[in-house]
Amino acid sequence: MKPKLALYWASSCGGCEIAVVDIETKILDVADFFDIVFWPCIMDFKYKDVEAMPDGDITLCFFNGAIRTSENEHLAKLLRAKSKVMVAFGSCAHEGCIPGLANFYDKNSIFEFVYKNSPSVDEQSKGIYPVTVTKMPEGEIEIPEFWNTVKTLDQVVDVDYYIPGCPPQSFQIVNAVTAVIDILKNNKPLPPKGTVLGAGDKTCCDECPRERKEKKIKRFYRPQEIIPDPNECLLDQGIMCMGPATRSGCDALCVKANIGCRGCYGAPPNVTDQGAKMVSALSSVIDAQTPEEARKIMETLVDPLGTFYRFSMASSILKRVQPKTHLDSSGKPDFS
Amino acid sequence: MSTTKEKSWSPRIVAFLCNWCTYTGADLAGVSRLKSSPSVRVIRTMCSGRVDPTFVLKAFKLGADGVMIGGCHIGDCHYSEGNFKTLRRVEMLKILLDQYGIDPRRLRLEWISASEGDKYAHTTLDFEQQLRELGPLQLTE
Repeated sequence: MKPKLALYWASSCGGCEIAVVDIETKILDVADFFDIVFWPCIMDFKYKDVEAMPDGDITLCFFNGAIRTSENEHLAKLLRAKSKVMVAFGSCAHEGCIPGLANFYDKNSIFEFVYKNSPSVDEQSKGIYPVTVTKMPEGEIEIPEFWNTVKTLDQVVDVDYYIPGCPPQSFQIVNAVTAVIDILKNNKPLPPKGTVLGAGDKTCCDECPRERKEKKIKRFYRPQEIIPDPNECLLDQGIMCMGPATRSGCDALCVKANIGCRGCYGAPPNVTDQGAKMVSALSSVIDAQTPEEARKIMETLVDPLGTFYRFSMASSILKRVQPKTHLDSSGKPDFS
Repeated sequence: MSTTKEKSWSPRIVAFLCNWCTYTGADLAGVSRLKSSPSVRVIRTMCSGRVDPTFVLKAFKLGADGVMIGGCHIGDCHYSEGNFKTLRRVEMLKILLDQYGIDPRRLRLEWISASEGDKYAHTTLDFEQQLRELGPLQLTE
């Protein structure tokens, strides 16, 4: 009997699915070796098909997408129970990614904007918010509940391995899949739990071909404000690059295209908080001798928090932006 | 929070003090029997530049109401320029904390030399007072 493979998308854009199909003819090896039992994006399966499987029936599950709604969480728990090996596939499942940026806000403020204040909401539907249960003459209709905070997969279920990237690079998916097939075919031992597959164990800078000179910068430039030198380190030129705080594995894709690394491969090994690491890295790059100078330079960087945690807000130490402290009438914080 | 709890609440301060200046300064404050804040939990580091921003965020996460970093005066760093890195780092962290919705006054950077026991004493008391005004840091997940 063939080993069984499941792929699922929770709160994601579908890019990970495309990255899987992007492994080209290798996909035939995958289809040949595995029995694909669940892949809603590509083939027609129902949740009840998965529910009917015995526990641990699926050999390998690639789970992409963050946990945004009750449906995402339900499927994560369901697939965890049914799978022997659970892989957080792609940046969303790994550390929250772009959906995790919603942790700058909360459910109410997101609903307020999307269903009321957004310019694309027309007059008659202004302020009509989704409700979980709606009573109709034919019966009750239910939609998933929207959580206040976006979570990563491993904050909800036990995860065995991680494949980072937004999306994971196709050649890295091939590497990971080939390794898995080899392990299953030849009965080899599995890598230790928690291993990050399909990525390096250094930083993006390690793969970057650009030349780093110990230069100090006086300001940051936005991409439209400067034509970057193709051979010189982007940070040295004042272009925000997350390279020093990002795991290697993508073969320095963005920097080779003259764009600063955005940080999608997540924190490097032994780093818990990608943004904090970036603060550390920048403290050796910016040319400031006083706090005022440092602040002036930092002011040329738009939205530092969103830039440093673009892909890892949901898995960062603080996990979300705090709601504004409530002040009482005298201006003192209200602790109630 | 209930009134009784509010009365008994006192801030928790995590202080990262550099081995060569502020830690010795804190020691001097103790030896000189000066009154300093009992809310401070001291962690000695070899240099204020050793304080990774991760430590600060983690301290807040684990229940600190305020974090203090103490180092040598600018120009006096035992490792010549470690405290310049601290200065830039703290300024950046303050910007991030502000965006995080945490009052940046909860993070304090002070240059206190080995001979400034009195400065250590009144700085910690002042920080404690300020945190009492800001109230407990309650993080939501």
